[in-house]
Amino acid sequence: MATALAATNHVAMADLKGKVDPDWCPGCGDFGVLAAVQKALVELQIPNYNVVTISGIGCSSNFPGFINTYGMHTLHGRALAVATGVKLANHDLTVLVTGGDGDGFGIGGNHFVHSMRRNVDLLYIVMDNQIYGLTTGQTSPTSRVGMKTKSMPFGNIEAPVNPISLALAAGATFVARGFSAEQKHLTELIKQGIQHQGFSFLDVFSPCVTYNHDNTYQWFRPRVKKLEDDPAHDPADWMAAMGKALLWDEEIPIGKFFERTDLPTLHGAEPVLNAGPLVHADSQIPADVSRAFVEELM
Amino acid sequence: MKQSFAIGIGGAAGQGVATPGDIFAKIFSRRGLHLNAYNAYQSIIRGGHTFLTIRTGPEKVTNMGDRLDLLIPLNQDAMDRHLRLLAAGAACIYNSDTIKPGVAAKGAELCPLPVSKLADITRNKVAQNTLAVGAGLSMMGIGFQALEQVLGEQFKKKGDAMVSENIAIARAGYDYAAANFRPFARPLPMTANRYAVLSGNTAMAMGGAAAGVKFYCAYPMSPSTGVLHWMAAHARKAGIMVRQVEDEIGVVNMTIGAAHAGVRSMCATSGGGFALMSEGLGLSAMMETPIVVIDCQRAGPSTGVPTKTEQGDLWQMLGAAFGDYPRAIAAPLDVGDCFKIIPEIFNIADRFQCPGIVLCDLLLAEGRLSVDPKDLDFAPVVDRGELITTASSGPNGDSVYKRYKITQSGISPRAIPGVAGYTHTAASDEHDEDGVLISDEFTNPTKRRAMMEKRMRKVTGIAAAAPPPVLWGPRDADVILIGWGSTKGVIEETCEILTEEGISASQLQIRWLVPLHGDAILDILKDARHTMIVENNYSGQFARYLRSETSFVPDGYIRKYDGEPFMPHHIVEAVKEQLSGKSRLSVPAHEILV
Repeated sequence: MATALAATNHVAMADLKGKVDPDWCPGCGDFGVLAAVQKALVELQIPNYNVVTISGIGCSSNFPGFINTYGMHTLHGRALAVATGVKLANHDLTVLVTGGDGDGFGIGGNHFVHSMRRNVDLLYIVMDNQIYGLTTGQTSPTSRVGMKTKSMPFGNIEAPVNPISLALAAGATFVARGFSAEQKHLTELIKQGIQHQGFSFLDVFSPCVTYNHDNTYQWFRPRVKKLEDDPAHDPADWMAAMGKALLWDEEIPIGKFFERTDLPTLHGAEPVLNAGPLVHADSQIPADVSRAFVEELM
Repeated sequence: MKQSFAIGIGGAAGQGVATPGDIFAKIFSRRGLHLNAYNAYQSIIRGGHTFLTIRTGPEKVTNMGDRLDLLIPLNQDAMDRHLRLLAAGAACIYNSDTIKPGVAAKGAELCPLPVSKLADITRNKVAQNTLAVGAGLSMMGIGFQALEQVLGEQFKKKGDAMVSENIAIARAGYDYAAANFRPFARPLPMTANRYAVLSGNTAMAMGGAAAGVKFYCAYPMSPSTGVLHWMAAHARKAGIMVRQVEDEIGVVNMTIGAAHAGVRSMCATSGGGFALMSEGLGLSAMMETPIVVIDCQRAGPSTGVPTKTEQGDLWQMLGAAFGDYPRAIAAPLDVGDCFKIIPEIFNIADRFQCPGIVLCDLLLAEGRLSVDPKDLDFAPVVDRGELITTASSGPNGDSVYKRYKITQSGISPRAIPGVAGYTHTAASDEHDEDGVLISDEFTNPTKRRAMMEKRMRKVTGIAAAAPPPVLWGPRDADVILIGWGSTKGVIEETCEILTEEGISASQLQIRWLVPLHGDAILDILKDARHTMIVENNYSGQFARYLRSETSFVPDGYIRKYDGEPFMPHHIVEAVKEQLSGKSRLSVPAHEILV
């Protein structure tokens, strides 16, 4: 049914407009991410009712309320765990997970690592602003050393996490970085991430115009360099991707670092799902099977 | 008094206590005998001490009982610890090559087996166990054929040679006992009944499969891991997605995700894991996504005593997660009930779109009981509640769909993702009828109040959906014993013993903790002559809860918090002590040292 509707109903930008307008600060990088996700869904013609957008807590985690798909606005750090459950119960759904750097790499760090090694088939977009915004400006796991915030007024002394190298090490099968101000490029990465079968990680520089005065649009613009512009870059080369992931400061690569398509997804590896999504399965198990379960105990 | 026969097998972990236990259990259940097995063990894989009690009889056996008829110590330590438990008529079978007997009570028989003379111990390391099983069955008057058949099944995978070797050893023990030891006075009969023998963990897992659970996940934690093991082993046949997750926070959230997508989802843990899950319980309640969480209680706090039983998590369940929200909490009464309660609580969780908690404990989770296979019903009533699964099945549709529509019952029809025309966002933030957040920019006291009242109205429906407790026995008995959950069996036998001894005793066993049905309880107890609350914890968690809900204060309390379950005589003696006015609080000491 879903396919039939998709074929006859054209998916337009208007279909994806949320019930309320975003309440992000004017100029927030997250606006660009929202627009790019909507554009990607239109370009891929995925009907909104087959998409579940799942987030944790934080400014960027308000995302599901601003787009008209099925949405789940869950607990701080737990979006990936919830999303894994959704995907395993109904793998016909397109699952998008959206959130921030504190949500994903701080409180949700454990689920981040394990979801990647499991190769859950979803796109995880982190709107990375290197700061905690909704709690009014504290250090995040991606804040640079020396950055002064309300929680570290004398400067951060802890090394930041490198989301790209962490994702590569943890076994993500699609690893990319975008920049909210590079709309076309970002939309393309989102489309690829949705189409990739397996865990797609997309770290997006999404500047916080209110609390982060270090990593601004002006700071990023001259530094970001698209990997797609480098003819020597081969996204199939994991070692090269790791090398690129370590670049920072003067040159910061954006684009697709790495992709491999030869590994099974979590739902693809489990024979229980061979007959189709569990959500359509009969509630009752066959009588001969349940009889055998009881006979084992006799 | 009912006829029953109890065997205790003690040894170090890794010495093979389980196998003779399984063999006895199989033989008893195939003779149509009831059976209860409880394993007292330590958190150690090799070494330590473990003591398995198997009690059997032609009538229902609901607990480990008071008396040991046959002791099989597999090492000196087990002999030294337990010989003193034997009374007249009991026997102890032991390896006389390696174990020195102690002094047995008068009338208790010491039965030494010259193991190295009866079997080639260089070939078979557990020969003493097999010899003892053979000897024991001979003394019980059970034909050798039964043992031969079970050994054949037990060792089938290891080949014919292994089967015949073990049968020969068992035969040697059987014949040696027939020639040298006195048989037990009252042989065990046979009945035409056939029982399934299973643990509470297996029962809860199977109950889940019967309820239509399609998603189960867990992080290993004693004593709940048995649920995961059954689920994992049977997942593919039952069509259930089973996952082992990185932590219990992930477990509960993954369970919620799968439930939200439309399948029945369940998880199990113990107190420590449950503590990690509590924020998720609130998420289930706020998003109105039904899940069922099993808590198999063990002795706490913290890591506590991981292999010992307790009923110490009640207040954690009552207070799990912050804020007010509807929930259902049920404590299964026995192993059979562990199966039955799962479809029941799923129907409530689904109808009222709230979390359901099954409050089990180690005693039931790991204890094994014979259950009539008819009681393992794989076609129970399944009520998924107001669920919209296709574009035409719900009211109206399209833009007017309100996921959190304010209704009289508090229940709002729930659309699952993938259905055209019902897109909405479910949020952990407080939200409006259509799912839009009111917690941030749009905070609105009127809307907040309306949504709180909508959710909390479901409490009335839940109360009507769960049956109130009933009294077993007369209202004007000399004593009414009040228990909850797993103490059902031991209190039942206590009442029988007391009544036989001339003290009439009735039992009020609580199965639904939320809803509690306080009025029904007060009505039952209003003419009671003497009431005592029996529970496996230090502070009287249920007594305090009952008092907080009803103002009811019993005449006395019987508590145990040493990690071991009650035995009938513990409660019998406590009742007598309290009826004579000596005390209002009894804490029986556990005599079996494990």
